[in-house]
Amino acid sequence: MLELGADEYAKYPFMADAGKYLKDKGYSLTQFGTDPDLKPSVEKAFHRLKVSTEGGIYKSELIDGKATKENALELEVFSFLLAIVLIKLTRMNTLIKRFALAEARRAEGYLEKDLGKTSDKSKIDLAIRIISDLFDVEITKQNDFFEIPVADYLKHSISFHEREWKLINRKVENGKVLLNNEKTVRLIRKELGNYINSKIVSAPTPPMIPGLEKKVEELIIICKKLTPSYTIITDEYPPCIKHAIEELEKGENLPHSGRFMLATFLLAKGQSIEQIAPLFKNAPDYNERVTLYQLNHLAGASGSGTQYSCPSCEKLKTQDLCFAIPECDNILNPMQFGKKRK
Amino acid sequence: MKDKEIKFLEESFKKYYFEHFDLIHVPERTSEREFGFQKFNSGMVRHISLKDDKELHLLLMQNTPSDVYCSNAYYSSPNLSMKEKDWKEADLIFDIDAKDLHLDCRPNHCVTKCNECNQVSNSNDNCSKCNSTKLETKSLPCKNCIDASKKEVLKLSNILIDDLAVEKNNIHVYFSGNEGFHVYVYNSQFQEIGSRERSELVDYIMFKGAIPETFGMKKLKPNRSLFPEFDEKGWRGRFSKEIFISKSKRSKIISELISNGHSNFQKKLVNISTIIGSQIDPNVTMDIHRIFRLPGSLNSKSGLTKILCKDLQKFDPYSESSFLNEETIEINSDCPIEFKLKNKKFGPYYNENITVPTYAAVYMICKNLATIA
Repeated sequence: MLELGADEYAKYPFMADAGKYLKDKGYSLTQFGTDPDLKPSVEKAFHRLKVSTEGGIYKSELIDGKATKENALELEVFSFLLAIVLIKLTRMNTLIKRFALAEARRAEGYLEKDLGKTSDKSKIDLAIRIISDLFDVEITKQNDFFEIPVADYLKHSISFHEREWKLINRKVENGKVLLNNEKTVRLIRKELGNYINSKIVSAPTPPMIPGLEKKVEELIIICKKLTPSYTIITDEYPPCIKHAIEELEKGENLPHSGRFMLATFLLAKGQSIEQIAPLFKNAPDYNERVTLYQLNHLAGASGSGTQYSCPSCEKLKTQDLCFAIPECDNILNPMQFGKKRK
Repeated sequence: MKDKEIKFLEESFKKYYFEHFDLIHVPERTSEREFGFQKFNSGMVRHISLKDDKELHLLLMQNTPSDVYCSNAYYSSPNLSMKEKDWKEADLIFDIDAKDLHLDCRPNHCVTKCNECNQVSNSNDNCSKCNSTKLETKSLPCKNCIDASKKEVLKLSNILIDDLAVEKNNIHVYFSGNEGFHVYVYNSQFQEIGSRERSELVDYIMFKGAIPETFGMKKLKPNRSLFPEFDEKGWRGRFSKEIFISKSKRSKIISELISNGHSNFQKKLVNISTIIGSQIDPNVTMDIHRIFRLPGSLNSKSGLTKILCKDLQKFDPYSESSFLNEETIEINSDCPIEFKLKNKKFGPYYNENITVPTYAAVYMICKNLATIA
């Protein structure tokens, strides 16, 4: 594990070993419920969480990575650790996700700034080390760019939906992708979120700390308001799926990628293999045994046990399978068609 | 295929394997690979593990397979079921097939054979004799097919070397034994990447999913200085050379591109993808559990050998990959397309009894365009 300085812990509190940190500073968890001197930490932790539920990013009292007030650094780390304690006490999973994302975005800001500090090589080196240690990305600085091996880049960018993140839209030279500081950090945003998320998930849930009951209750109320609900506005299939079905009905030879899309879509909609198989009957190369085998495979019933999911709209576009209509309304995956978030 | 033909093919294949053990070897890290084979008119036998050449040769002699395969993946236990194999890594493999290139020559060397009445004709929809729709296309690829496929291989290897830092000696090109080439990439940074990442790499190589902004064409207020220079590296450079044609025309063409607008630029990118991108089969590269025809083995679609092309430009598959013997045999051929093997011309034949060397007889029988007389 990387050894960090006090101001680095304030920027990246998730790098701290929580229990050890408190102990080193001479505190126990129960003290935070009652000790009036520690109340600011609790208030800050609550505020930090609340901001994250509103989709915001907690603004710390650091200016350019340095503390403005005495004890501010400690407060930064305490409030982060306490926020996790509060989340555990509420037992609300939605809080974990929101908080992890907000904290990832916050750390992202600092990493980006540190990487961009052309005058301070030690800051750049440390940011690079945090990224490479945590996320297994090899980064080297080359003039104004950060170079990342294409394979590393792909592992991280693969979950992005925006087309600018496709490898084809990146500067690629000598087996490396060239990114600026902002994009370098953006590349690991999700993993940063996942990392913080997993730290919270694996943290032990302490017994209720006397004095924190009210804060916990308040958080539960906030959290319950967050759970989204969807209204189904149409039960029609999206145009790509309709097109694929029409092609098959006409006896046209739907490409493998089209069959994959159709089968994974219908499986995810809850149709059974027996319901889906007849759709392929008109295909010029139809073979019942092969079709059933392949459908079983996609459903995860055979082979590696992986259940395949329906490809993203982005992927379908590159396979010439997308026939978007206005009703698609910028969805990312055909599965989202016809659902509207309330 | 009937028993008589199968027996003949099996004998010819067995003889080839017996006489050409020098051509067929297990690949490196043998014990981590999965092998498989097929027999004529029979299903696939997979999940086999082999130790060395000796075991492979024994398998060939004992089973007389129509096709032999080996995984590009490395597993802890290749002989266990897919779930238990424990995938470790896989070589990067590309498949370039002339039939996917939509070449103009294709109708000249393709026929269909009716699965119901065996009629061979040029019709693509219905059998001219019994009207059945169950037609199977048979292609006897021509020189143009091979040349066009070679061009795609060249485009691919340039991208691999120039952009992706793959070393030239780690790229091995094989003639597939039928209509195209298999390109193997060893020891690259991509060994351990999964299927989705490989699919993204495929889009890169095929020039798919490019956006105008990458080439300097912004939606609002496009800026001339963002357009690629003529000599740039990577896709921006390849784009420049295709679109600007020469350095001197760059400025004029940029003005045209800007005045034609963003959406026309996007269309242009889609249109040039087949010209500047390499036309590989995306499904092959992204499949990390596939087993591939083993180099040195025979392709049952032709009786030709999958063979390493040492000099791709000069490589002539129809003389360099035909290894079956010269012994003659009488067959009934309904192969209305002329073809050349071992520098000798054959056909066209219209449902006639002929006596030809084994290698030519096997070729036509494998294509299902001849039977033993």
